Amino acid sequence: MSEKDVQELERVTICFAGDSGDGMQLTGSQFTNTTAGIGNDLNTLPDYPAEIRAPIGTTFGVSGFQIQFSSSNVHTPGDSPDVLVAMNPAALKVNLKQLVNNGIIIINTDSFQSRNLTLAGYASNPLEDGSLDGHQVFPVNITGLTREALNDVDLSLKEKDRCKNFFALGMTYWMYSRPLETTETWIGQKFKGKDALIEANTKALKAGYSYALSTEIFTTSYKVPKAEKQAGHYRNITGNQGIAFGLITAAKKAERELFLGSYPITPASDILHELAKHRNFGVKTFQAEDEIAGIGAALGAVYAGALGVTTTSGPGIALKSEFMGLAMMTELPLVIINIQRGGPSTGLPTKTEQSDLLQALYGRNGESPIPVIAAAGPADCFNAAFEAARIALQFTTPVILLSDGYIANGTEPWLIPDPGTIPDIVIKQPRTDEEYLPYKRDPERLSRLHALPGTPGLEHRIGGLEKQDVTGNISYDSDNHDKMVRIRADKVGRINRFVDDPELIGKDHGDLLILSWGSTYGPILAAVEKVQKQGREVSWCHLRWINPLPSNLSRFINNFKTVLIPEINLGQLSKVIRAEYLVDARGFNKVRGLPLKTSELLEEIDSILKGLN
Amino acid sequence: MEKDIQLTKEDFTSDQETRWCPGCGDYSILAQMKKVLPTLGIPKENFVFVSGIGCSSRFPYYLDTYGIHGIHGRAPVIASGVKLARPDLKVFVITGDGDGLSIGGNHLIHLFRRNIDITIILFNNQIYGLTKGQYSPTSEKGKVTKSSPFGSLENPFNPVQMALASGATFVARSIDRDPKHLAETLARAAKHKGTAFVEVYQNCNIFNDGAFISLTDPKEKKKHLLKMEHDKPFVFGEKDEHLLAWTGKKFAVASSDMKENGREILKHNENGSGPAVEFMLASLSHGPELPTPIGIFRSIEMETYDEMLTQQVEHAKEKKGEGDLKKLFTGGYTWTNN
Ligand code: SF4
Repeated sequence: MSEKDVQELERVTICFAGDSGDGMQLTGSQFTNTTAGIGNDLNTLPDYPAEIRAPIGTTFGVSGFQIQFSSSNVHTPGDSPDVLVAMNPAALKVNLKQLVNNGIIIINTDSFQSRNLTLAGYASNPLEDGSLDGHQVFPVNITGLTREALNDVDLSLKEKDRCKNFFALGMTYWMYSRPLETTETWIGQKFKGKDALIEANTKALKAGYSYALSTEIFTTSYKVPKAEKQAGHYRNITGNQGIAFGLITAAKKAERELFLGSYPITPASDILHELAKHRNFGVKTFQAEDEIAGIGAALGAVYAGALGVTTTSGPGIALKSEFMGLAMMTELPLVIINIQRGGPSTGLPTKTEQSDLLQALYGRNGESPIPVIAAAGPADCFNAAFEAARIALQFTTPVILLSDGYIANGTEPWLIPDPGTIPDIVIKQPRTDEEYLPYKRDPERLSRLHALPGTPGLEHRIGGLEKQDVTGNISYDSDNHDKMVRIRADKVGRINRFVDDPELIGKDHGDLLILSWGSTYGPILAAVEKVQKQGREVSWCHLRWINPLPSNLSRFINNFKTVLIPEINLGQLSKVIRAEYLVDARGFNKVRGLPLKTSELLEEIDSILKGLN
Repeated sequence: MEKDIQLTKEDFTSDQETRWCPGCGDYSILAQMKKVLPTLGIPKENFVFVSGIGCSSRFPYYLDTYGIHGIHGRAPVIASGVKLARPDLKVFVITGDGDGLSIGGNHLIHLFRRNIDITIILFNNQIYGLTKGQYSPTSEKGKVTKSSPFGSLENPFNPVQMALASGATFVARSIDRDPKHLAETLARAAKHKGTAFVEVYQNCNIFNDGAFISLTDPKEKKKHLLKMEHDKPFVFGEKDEHLLAWTGKKFAVASSDMKENGREILKHNENGSGPAVEFMLASLSHGPELPTPIGIFRSIEMETYDEMLTQQVEHAKEKKGEGDLKKLFTGGYTWTNN
């Protein structure tokens, strides 16, 4: 065994890719847990096919998992991987174009047979035809080596071959100086009682590690030192988990039962799955017959006194819009969650897009100003869901929470909060010793008091017909309608008094203001940190509430030569900002079903600043 | 418990002026409902009436209970949410043939199969009233209306058959002009544990007057109406002279002296006469020769969805303990940064 170099790196992005059946999501999540455990900051993004059983070996069937980890802050899963682990030709084909120049490619040569090459659409073997020149290629017969390592384990060949992802994982652990214990412990728990599987997977992991250590192929291993992160207890969390936890917490803090009415849809179903596990919190999940029934049941539950929630994605929102109008009219605290995906119509179910901002703001009949809040990242989903529920309950209004496929499935470390420090959500109840007027309002919030069924003396009827001010009786009076339309709008505006203004990073005047919302937070933060380090003056404000728009925005938005709004759509926030503030905002728009790239943003910022000087 | 609650129909009268057309069958249903509610032994504040859109769906406004006037066709889902969130409440759905069987048909069948403890009253007037007179999914084929000047081309739904087929545990039919029968049927439905469905033939005297005249006209009705009673033979006719006999495949009219001839006579069994008999009985509502049955087609006990959901919550609490946020947050892989 020769002496090997150890090089220190600040940040690395790895992409694990293989066929859907190759266990790449598992490999990625194991690498993630181990990496978190040694104190790197990180961010991940799984990428799997829309088809459940896509044809084996084809590019449609490729499943990938990307992780960026670093000794400093990480805000995205990385624009371009430094390392690609390709378990088959299709995985190479799909991911090669993203790889950095001179990137590392680890290839399972056993799968680069003519059949697989043809399935992936290769005319010749990329390992031989020079098409990988300019990269550092490490061809390893992973399947064969795994079989060899498991020679004396009592499993079928097929079962042994399923361990090859642990061999690959072992190699990357050596390359990036990661310990094996976290994964060994996990294997022990996961396959408890199945000793052969424990033995096989552990052996494969160790074999991969030893192989990388002892052979001549890898000459260098790398170290990514610990990140300076806020002290505390952490876990990894996906955006959808964050939403589920945020809702459970809100229900507990509001002393309401959580009721979810939902119809399965990608990429929102994981919220339903997560919440369905937690019946011991009194959580009731109702898998409805369709999207409309999902929201309708949630609204019924709200009327009866639950924290009612419905979860879906864009096409589902389209179906729910009539009920959202009823929630608006009856002024009931319903939380509507849209995990956006590529549209229109069925669009790109597994790909991300900031597709539905305008739908959320305006997609209903009549004047129907529903408050809209957007989550900025996986961990922020927890806070955003909690805040959506709090505002809904305290303002007696439906609230729309926007997330998207990127942050729904992506993970990042979450500083676990102490439940005791999370404030209660106090909801005012009507008095039973005086006349109950369903539409009498709180003078400050303009919220109404919602009398719960079962309360003697407060029997009342509500519905979708226009209400008379104060009494809530049906009214067709024209002046009353004008008044009520304005009250409903005014109420939304008042939410600003009870939520924090978004932070303005940088000066309140200057050459360039970046304005953004939702899942673009990570890539933009990474870009802004970079340009600020370079000493350039760029200001940035990331919106949390988009309806109402924050009150501080008008104080500075007109003080900049350029306002840039990056979005994963054709400029939906841009339209709103231009209309509301009469500023000549310009968009930076990419609608590829992918998160924005920090590098592209940097180029855009560069060219704007150059043009100004 | 029941004895403590003393309510009258006045307690259930809201301050809203009733706004159906004079002579509309809806008035009768409202009146009978107000009579039935105080007899159920349920505190007034525990009633929730949910409706969709249409003439019938104004119903909740006229009752002084909790209520939601929802959106078109969706009352069953709102009601499901109310009941699942609060199993202690007594929940009614008020719907019509357009609301419940056309725009909301999907929800109704799913409510039936789930057996959530909700009482559904469907006012069937075989026409769209609120939108001023188009044919509905229960209108007879060939019906001439504003939207079908050359006659409608659609076969009608049979609501009772639909409910039976979807697995409803209580299925009944009554008629607006027979207050006694209506009140009894409503009371039975309201007391049923599980999804209860009552189709009420309701006359829309503005757009479809006389749709059920053969069943309500004092001179005619005895010939055409069959009042089903549990454990009794299916007897009808001016002097109860006819008998509905089961041939093994279908029903046929026989003379009621058949009884005396010593042959086996089919008696009505609410608690499960089997799908064949239930279905054939339900189908009679369209035949010209055979009578139209009213009464209870099916009344069976089955565990309700709301009960089972409550049990799941209780079991989970017993097994895992009352939800603890700290445990929830730290479940799975965690680490500490110093
Ligand atoms: S239109 Fe017909 S159903 Fe509607 S209220 Fe008038 S009479 Fe009754």
